[in-house]
Amino acid sequence: MQAGVKKKFQITIAHLVLIVASIFFVIPFVWLVSTSLKPLTQIFTFPPEWIPRPFQWDNYVRATEYIPFFTYLKNTVVITVISTLGVVLTCPLVAYSFAKLRWKGRNVLFVVTIAVMMIPGQVTMIPLFLIFNKMGWVGTPLPLIVPAFFGVPFSIFLMRQFFMGLPDTLRDAAKIDGAGEFRIYWQIMVPLARPAILAIGLFQFMGAWTDFLGPLLYLTDEHQYTMSLGLQQFQNQKGTEWGLMMAVSTMMTLPIIVMFFFMQRTFIQGITFSGIK
Amino acid sequence: MRVAQLTKSATDTQPLVLTKKSSFFNKSNITGWLFALPWIIGLIIFYVFPLGSSIYFSFTTYSILQPGEFVGLDNYKELFKDKIFWISIYNTVYFAVFFVPLSIIFGVSLAMLLNMKVKGMALYRTIFFLPTLVPHVALAVLWMWLLNPGFGLVNGMLDMIGIQGPAWLGSETWSKPSLILMSLWGIGQAVIIYLAGFGDIPEEFYEAAEVDGANWFQKTFYVTLPLLTPVIFFNLVMGTIGAFQQFTLPYTMTNGQGTPANSLTFYVMYLYDNGFKFFKMGYASAMAWILFVIIMALTAVIFLTSKRWVHYQGK
Repeated sequence: MQAGVKKKFQITIAHLVLIVASIFFVIPFVWLVSTSLKPLTQIFTFPPEWIPRPFQWDNYVRATEYIPFFTYLKNTVVITVISTLGVVLTCPLVAYSFAKLRWKGRNVLFVVTIAVMMIPGQVTMIPLFLIFNKMGWVGTPLPLIVPAFFGVPFSIFLMRQFFMGLPDTLRDAAKIDGAGEFRIYWQIMVPLARPAILAIGLFQFMGAWTDFLGPLLYLTDEHQYTMSLGLQQFQNQKGTEWGLMMAVSTMMTLPIIVMFFFMQRTFIQGITFSGIK
Repeated sequence: MRVAQLTKSATDTQPLVLTKKSSFFNKSNITGWLFALPWIIGLIIFYVFPLGSSIYFSFTTYSILQPGEFVGLDNYKELFKDKIFWISIYNTVYFAVFFVPLSIIFGVSLAMLLNMKVKGMALYRTIFFLPTLVPHVALAVLWMWLLNPGFGLVNGMLDMIGIQGPAWLGSETWSKPSLILMSLWGIGQAVIIYLAGFGDIPEEFYEAAEVDGANWFQKTFYVTLPLLTPVIFFNLVMGTIGAFQQFTLPYTMTNGQGTPANSLTFYVMYLYDNGFKFFKMGYASAMAWILFVIIMALTAVIFLTSKRWVHYQGK
């Protein structure tokens, strides 16, 4: 009985600490949503007010008319979904060969992959821009999509760590049964690696969804803009349309929040470091 | 347990491969290369080739508008005389020096909070991860506003307890601390990685510690933290690299100007300006290479010291 009381006390303390800390993290977001519903006149009041008076749902409608919201949404979805597809198709395949297959040059290539992870994107940014420019891809979303199909070092690294943790016995058994390497990979390893694949997919999805520098460099035509770029259009010479901008930010953030809430456990399971040596 | 399994299975399969006469085109090699082929192509096209050409560009006056000519080390010489270049280095180092250690302390502490076994953890985790999910552009605008000296929330709250808040982003002294504050708010990704690291620490260690009568403090400092060091090491390297590449937040907050008085002009912002605003791509490439060398040197230092403080399981 005594132990039960102590346990209850500990859990209450834990909740208290978590709630206090949560407030700091959630306040700015609550502010974002609250502002997205305020009339312009209320936005600049001091001291700040939390509850919109009246609720200006209209901001959301006006925001989608102020910028071509649905075009930008479609562009963002296309880039995000296809590039995520690229990452989840390629990275596990490459990572598997690093973790489980034995071939000449494997270790050298893996070290190079880690080294590449440390190259700041800015070093390759300019030559890549010139390459894409020569290919006539600047002004199209292709530079933001195609490279994902050729592997992302960070994701390859995470996937490899995960595969390292899977026992070899399964592979050996399937081999004895006469399965080819690709069948072993596709029918045994991929289903087992689902949490890790989800994790790298989510990383890519979030990265592409909120990417700013990439679209800024490569999308020259306003019809191809993504939502990140669209957000900037609420700031112009006449000032900033705060309420509308916050409305679009809220719409941009909500889908990923929901996604994260439901996937967080699997997501965390998918990242493992036990294989770092 | 897992480690033991791993090393065991590795020794099991090795002789199998070695007994095959190793010609370069044997089946095992070809399969391996085929699996890795997309990345090998990607590595060459998107990394090795651009890396090589950017060295070359850094010795020329290349711009998109004209082919440019070979000028040797001129870009580098000019850079060392460039005032804004030094300011941008100062700003970037300032940010990294404060942000990286703080992000590790806060990141690990938060992860420990989020690793407790209580109800509703999915909700808490989502809340802590929230800032990472807000697009950077929105984040920048949001904070510009929270920190607005006149009508922002932060000064509004400080006002309530009788403190007159600083001008934050409008002040040369406070602009960088403001940015550090904002960035700390968005460490959710690192926290996730720490959480995953906790998952890799075997439960038996805690059971053993409990049998020995260890308290919370001892368990944290003698079990959790030492076994978390590989993950801290990983986040330290990635965090340092990230800190030196600070771009979107300061860029969108200042409309690319780095105001006030260049106090928010970060290295990559200046690099971007040179390359894509002034079209001095040779000059920008030289900057990129200097950044690369700095990052490589720092990473090397971290790696060298890691032997002293990173503990791997099973060793």
